Amino acid sequence: MKRRLRELQPFDKEAEERAIELGHGLHPDDKYLKPGRIPHIWCPGCGLGVVLTCFIGALRQKQFGVDECAVVSGIGCTGRVAGYLDMDTYHTTHGRAIPFATGLALAKPDTHVAVFSGDGDLFAIGGNHLIHAARRNVNLKVICVNNFNFGMTGGQAGPTTPLDAKTSTTPLGNAEPGFNLPYLAHASGAIYVARWTTFHPRQLVHSIGESFDRTGFTFIEVIAPCPTGYGRPNKLGSGLEEMRYYRDMSEIRYGADPADAEIKLRGKILVGTFEAADRPDFMETYRTQVIARAQAGGKGKGRAA
Amino acid sequence: MGRKVGIEVSIAAADAAALCDVDVVAAYPITPQTHVVEHLAELVASGHLDAEFVPVESEHSAMSVCCGSVAVGARTFTATAAQGLALMAEIVYIAGSMRLPLVMFLSNRALSGPLSIWNDHSDAMMVRDCGWIQVFCEDGQEVFDAIIHAFRVGEDPQVSLPVMVNVDGFVLTHVIEPIEYWTKEMVQKYLPPFQPVSRLTPEKPVSMGAFGMPEIYLEQKMAHNVALLNSRPIIEKGWTELAELTGRKYSAVETYKVDDAETIILGMGTICSTSSLAVDKMRAEGKKVGLVKLRLWRPLPSDDLRRVLAKAKDVVVLDRAICPGGGNAPVTSEIRAIMYTEPERPRIHCMIAGIGQRDVTPDDVCAMVDMALSQSIKDYHIYGVRG
Repeated sequence: MKRRLRELQPFDKEAEERAIELGHGLHPDDKYLKPGRIPHIWCPGCGLGVVLTCFIGALRQKQFGVDECAVVSGIGCTGRVAGYLDMDTYHTTHGRAIPFATGLALAKPDTHVAVFSGDGDLFAIGGNHLIHAARRNVNLKVICVNNFNFGMTGGQAGPTTPLDAKTSTTPLGNAEPGFNLPYLAHASGAIYVARWTTFHPRQLVHSIGESFDRTGFTFIEVIAPCPTGYGRPNKLGSGLEEMRYYRDMSEIRYGADPADAEIKLRGKILVGTFEAADRPDFMETYRTQVIARAQAGGKGKGRAA
Repeated sequence: MGRKVGIEVSIAAADAAALCDVDVVAAYPITPQTHVVEHLAELVASGHLDAEFVPVESEHSAMSVCCGSVAVGARTFTATAAQGLALMAEIVYIAGSMRLPLVMFLSNRALSGPLSIWNDHSDAMMVRDCGWIQVFCEDGQEVFDAIIHAFRVGEDPQVSLPVMVNVDGFVLTHVIEPIEYWTKEMVQKYLPPFQPVSRLTPEKPVSMGAFGMPEIYLEQKMAHNVALLNSRPIIEKGWTELAELTGRKYSAVETYKVDDAETIILGMGTICSTSSLAVDKMRAEGKKVGLVKLRLWRPLPSDDLRRVLAKAKDVVVLDRAICPGGGNAPVTSEIRAIMYTEPERPRIHCMIAGIGQRDVTPDDVCAMVDMALSQSIKDYHIYGVRG
C-alpha cells in the first residue's frame, strides 16, 4: 500500500525543555501558548493576536497557572484561540461554547472558566445560550471578539453587522441593524459588562483581570479589526488604519448606560466598563436554595444552612 | 442551447437556482461554507434575481425559514454542509414528512469531531432516512442540471417532496469546470411555475405541523414512504425531458463497461470519475471490471441495481462513510440487503475509503479491487489506515 502522507510527529516536550534551558526560542507568552502551534492562522492586521496577548497578560497579572484555568471557544477565527493556549481548552461546535463551559464551571467551581469566542458564534448560532447563561449568572468569563462579520467563512453578514455595512452577503449594504452587545448582556443579567477595542490593550488587560475577581457571568466585548473580511468591503483600510479609526472614534465613558453603546457604521464607539454589579451566582443560589432546602427535608426553610 | 462557461461549481449551482427563479433563499455561513449562498446574495442584491435572501442566525433557522416559505407556496432554495446539516437535521426530517418541496444543495463533508471541513459522505448518511429525494452528482454539469431537475421533480404535485442535491465538498464544489448553462427559455419550458398541493393561505385555511397521534402516525409515515417510492417515474420523466432539451441523458443507475464485467465497482459521486480511470486501467490488464454509478440514492432504484449487479461475480462497493460499530457501511448495507433475496447473487465487498478527504486515486481503486478479490474480507475493510 502506498503511503503518501507525512508521518505524524508527536510534540517533543524534551526538546522544548532543552530550548528553554538554553534560553532561546522563547517568548514571554510561551508559558501559556502551545509549542509548535505558532505562527497562528490569523490574517495580517487581525485584532485577535492583541486580544489573546491581553488575555495572557491578565492571567499573568493574576498569577494564574495554566492548571487553574480553562478556555472554551466556538467556531470561527476566534475559536482558534482554544488551539493556541497551552492549558485545558475545548473547541466546541458552532455556538456551543457557553453550554460546554457551563457544564465545566459547575463541575469544577474552583477553575477559572473563560469563554473566548466571536460575535458570530456567541450571538448568532449561540445567542440563546448566552442570554440564558447570563440570566442564571453562571460563573463564566465571556470575552467576545467582535469583528462585525463571519470572518472565517468569507465575510458574511452576522448579528453585529451594522446597518448599511457591506459584506459578502450584503453587497449593497445590510438591511438589518446589529446587536448592541453590552446592552444585550446587561439586560440578560451579566454582572460585569465592558467594551474595549484592540487599541486599548492596557484597559483590556485590566478589565479581564477585574472580571476574574468577580464570581458570576461577566461579559467583555472587544472590537477588533478584520481587514480581510469586514474592512475591505467597507473601505476601512488596513489593520493599522482601523486602529487609527479606533483611536479617533472611541470615547471612554465608565459607567455609561449600555443602551447608548450602539455601534453605527463609521460612528462613535463608546468604550469602558459599563456595569459592575453584584448578585449571587448560580452556584451560590443553588446551594442556598435547592440544596439547603433538600437537606432540611424539603420543608422550605433551608436558609438556615 | 446555452453558453458554455468555465466556472466554479458552487457558483454555477447558485446560477442554476437563480435561473429557476427562486423566491426565497435562507442560509447561514456555518463552518464549512461554499460560495453558493454568497453568489445568490449578490444576485439578489444586484437585482438579477427577484427573491428574498434571509441571512438567518443558525442552520436550524435556515431550514425553518425554508419550511415556512414553501408552506406559503414560494420556490425555496438553501445550501449547507456537514455541521450545518447536523444542526438543521431536526427540520430536515420535518420538511420531508410535511412534504414541503424545497431544494437543498448539500456540500458533502465529514462530520465533527475531530473538526473537519473535508469531503466524505457522512453528513448525507446521517440524514439518509429523512424522506427526501437524494441525488449524488459526479461533475459540475450534473450539479447544474440536477438543481433544475430537482425543482421540476420535487414540486410536481404527484411528488411534492424536498430534494437534496449532494455535491462532494471541495473536490467538486470548489473546482472550476466547463459547464453548459441553460437559457432562460429552456428553464421556462422545462420548469412550470410552482403550484403547491396545499399551502397556507387565508382563502382556504389549513393547519400544518399538527400532532400525529398513535392512531394516525403510522399511516402518515406509510403515505410518505409510498410518495417517495412513487416519485421514481416522475424523476425518470424529468431526466427524459432534460435529455430532449440538452442532449444529456441521466438515469438512476449508470454503468460503464459492465456488459461482460465479472467484477463491478459501485460508488456515488466524484469517486466514480476516479473509478472509471481504474476500470480502464484494469481492462487494459485484461481484467473484466466495470463500474456502476448510483446517482439516485433515495428512492433507491432497487430494480435497476438488481438487474445490473446480478450478472457480476463480485461487487466492490466504495463507501464514503464510516458506520462505527455497525455491520458494514451505509451503501454496502443497502446493496447487500437488496441482493439478499436474489437466487443468484454476487459476492459484495465493502471498501470504506476517502474518509475526511483522504485522497483516493485510480491506483487506490485498483488496489481496493485486488484486495477485495484476493483477500477474504468478511464484513468491511477501511482502506488506507496508517499504523
